[in-house]
Amino acid sequence: MEKEKKQLRLVLRNCGLIDPENIEEAIANDAYISLGKVITEMSPAEAIDIVKRSGLRGRGGGGFPTGVKWEYAYNNKADQKYVVCNADEGDPGAFMDRSILEGDPHSVIEAMAICGFCTGASEGLVYIRAEYPLAIKRLRIALEQARQYGLLGNNIMGTGFNFDIQMRYGAGAFVCGEETALIHSMEGLRGEPTVKPPFPAESGYKGKPTNVNNVETFASIPVIFSKGPEWFSKIGTEKSKGTKVFALAGKVNNVGLVEVPMGTSLRDVIFDIGGGINNGKKFKAVQTGGPSGGCLTENHLDTPIDFDNLIEAGSMMGSGGMIVMDEDDCMVSVAKFYLDFTVEESCGKCAPCRVGNKRLYELLDHICKGNGEISDLERLRNMSEVIKDTALCGLGQTSPNPVLSTLDNFYEEYLSHVIDKKCPAGQCKDLMEYHIIEENCVGCTACARVCPVNAITGERKEVHRINQDICIKCGACLEKCKFDAIIIQ
Amino acid sequence: MKKIKSYSQLMDMRDDLKQKISSYLNPDSIESRLIIRVGMGTSGLASGAGEVFDFLRDALKKRNFEAELYQAGDMGYSYAEPTIQVIKPGSEPLVFGDVNIEKADEIIEKYIRNDEPVDGIIPVDYKIVDEI
Repeated sequence: MEKEKKQLRLVLRNCGLIDPENIEEAIANDAYISLGKVITEMSPAEAIDIVKRSGLRGRGGGGFPTGVKWEYAYNNKADQKYVVCNADEGDPGAFMDRSILEGDPHSVIEAMAICGFCTGASEGLVYIRAEYPLAIKRLRIALEQARQYGLLGNNIMGTGFNFDIQMRYGAGAFVCGEETALIHSMEGLRGEPTVKPPFPAESGYKGKPTNVNNVETFASIPVIFSKGPEWFSKIGTEKSKGTKVFALAGKVNNVGLVEVPMGTSLRDVIFDIGGGINNGKKFKAVQTGGPSGGCLTENHLDTPIDFDNLIEAGSMMGSGGMIVMDEDDCMVSVAKFYLDFTVEESCGKCAPCRVGNKRLYELLDHICKGNGEISDLERLRNMSEVIKDTALCGLGQTSPNPVLSTLDNFYEEYLSHVIDKKCPAGQCKDLMEYHIIEENCVGCTACARVCPVNAITGERKEVHRINQDICIKCGACLEKCKFDAIIIQ
Repeated sequence: MKKIKSYSQLMDMRDDLKQKISSYLNPDSIESRLIIRVGMGTSGLASGAGEVFDFLRDALKKRNFEAELYQAGDMGYSYAEPTIQVIKPGSEPLVFGDVNIEKADEIIEKYIRNDEPVDGIIPVDYKIVDEI
């Protein structure tokens, strides 16, 4: 019997199967048909109702109902409104949006036009990071072709509906994925968030009502109109409808793009689709939601993935990065890695994020160096809670999540670091020592010769010794030894 | 190229384009030809998909195959880049992974020319929109 297929490609329906630089290939696969249907057969209110009924929620991470968002923008009267596509994908290891724009840009253009019709906007903007040159190139070609074919511009398909899209390039600041910061950046101001309300749907780009959605959210829209909202809402769980694209990365065999119906278990994604862990190692954790998310353990493997379950488990959906870790990964170092990222990317506007994250990072570094005490763990937790409660925007409010989730799920590992001064995964250099097992050492001198700092001494054919005061823990001796005489403790 | 002036014109255009592709893939049609798509997203290109594309373009022409060669986006199999999809008229589409120039040559000579099996096929592990 054929194996059951766990993936469902809905957003990625055309990715890899059409030429993104040829609009006719897209049209042959039903591009712009949903747009035609909406603008010729429906009123904006009817179309918004369809999006609402589909149950689609924002794929950028927040999970806000898309139809409700569109309705806010629709209800706010103004002479000019805007539709913005957030293509500022910044989570480490995530590449879903880039792949969609590189593989099927017309699905995003079509959905932005539908959104323009629904909200009453005639102008669209794509905010895309300059680090995505190929996505920019293909999107630009797609926009040009759409204009030539009369699918963008004035009087689209003879209906009197006008809509065109421009591109805005971001310099790659993580915080600019936050919608208010994104809008400021597009206006030429510093990419800093502001307090909501006012929401962009009331006062966004140039002070006008603005609807901001993520690339993947837009790419889901055409299917909802071609297949119907009931069809779409049958896929997924009670509160999370449709599919989610994940960028599966880390210590997993089949690294790549995965699209599964909401409600699929982490086990299916990692062990079935992902093909399990590299080199037969043991699964330890999976990080979802990027720097705003958390690390989940073996106990969560059977949790159905959806917005609410992931939050309950102490992580979040985020934009779809999924990094798999094995027994060789140190969870304290992982938390430190994400804090390092947040410290780097904090815009500095509010103190909890600017100062608090820096202090969190320093404390984690302290623990990794073996200088931590048990009271530090309580400080980590307190500080994390304060930052969560007081930071201005989503970046700061979620930045302690990697610390909290590793504290919750891997407390033992923190304890080993602060009490035993050991790193069980053997990652924290300051906490390990290389030792020579006397019985195995034959005195071949290979280790002594390869040591870059001459920390190993011993006569030929006699047992060698490592001087711990000099050793820099580079691991060169371990690699060189043919007799398994060197171990890490 | 014509400007699309109405919804019905768009649907007609779509139907014509669909028709064109199905005539390529119909072994009995005079239009019948091979379709090859090379996954050329960032990850494909970084793994050498550009060279594979150039090789295929030249090789298919030199060896007189009726073929349409397209670039495509990321097929999602980052672990096996570069990837190519080959559709022979009358056959199921096949995706091959880890395709370098030697592999591409093998695919042309063995699978395309002689219908012999070639290693490296990535099984389709997903359902598509029309399947549910």
